[in-house]
Amino acid sequence: MIASELFFIMNVAEIPLFTRSAIFVLGLALILAFIRMVKGPSITDRIVALDTMAVIAISIMVLYAIKTQNALFLDVAIAMALVVFLGTVAFARSFERRMID
Amino acid sequence: MEVYHPIIHYLILVLIALGTFFTFIAGFGVLRMPDIYTRMHASTKAASLGAGLMLIAAAFYFQEVGVITRIALTTVFIFLTAPVAAHMLGRAAYLMQVKQWDGSVIDEAKGVLTLDDIPADPKAEKDLSKMDN
Repeated sequence: MIASELFFIMNVAEIPLFTRSAIFVLGLALILAFIRMVKGPSITDRIVALDTMAVIAISIMVLYAIKTQNALFLDVAIAMALVVFLGTVAFARSFERRMID
Repeated sequence: MEVYHPIIHYLILVLIALGTFFTFIAGFGVLRMPDIYTRMHASTKAASLGAGLMLIAAAFYFQEVGVITRIALTTVFIFLTAPVAAHMLGRAAYLMQVKQWDGSVIDEAKGVLTLDDIPADPKAEKDLSKMDN
């Protein structure tokens, strides 16, 4: 009880509000990575930027799950992680093969 | 609205703030780094750390066994696959002769990783011979 009185500076309902501003910052990061994807001199730059965008999107999904208090959005994050890894590896493999053949 | 112990509450806030910071650094680094080999640092390390911190915050927030299992699975998966994907992309970029930044001091793969050293896909040859028969 004493501990809770000591720490009672911020309201308990602050977490969803805090999550909102965090999602805004992550949206900015998404835009930065997107600029690199559009600009990227080589095709591998674009793939790296796409990979980063996907990880940022995963973070946004986790934050959205916290914000809405709905754990179902974490499943979306898992699916996104799986698909993005396969996509990146397939792209890298195909570039390498194209250079050899 | 659930009420958490104050320490858990502040831990969640700090983890979300740190995760946001590192993920933003990842996006910023991908934009501002000079060449692809340095860009992959931001993309792989900072983004993985940020997502991992965010997932741990979610684990503290939900506090259910099923949710925490899924979160552990996602974290392990991200930390296992990010280096593999970055390695394959870097290798492909080097083989495609993407230029290094002018300020780079060393190229350890020079003469070691070349297109001649990699054998052609044996699977493709096998399929061709099968078609001939």
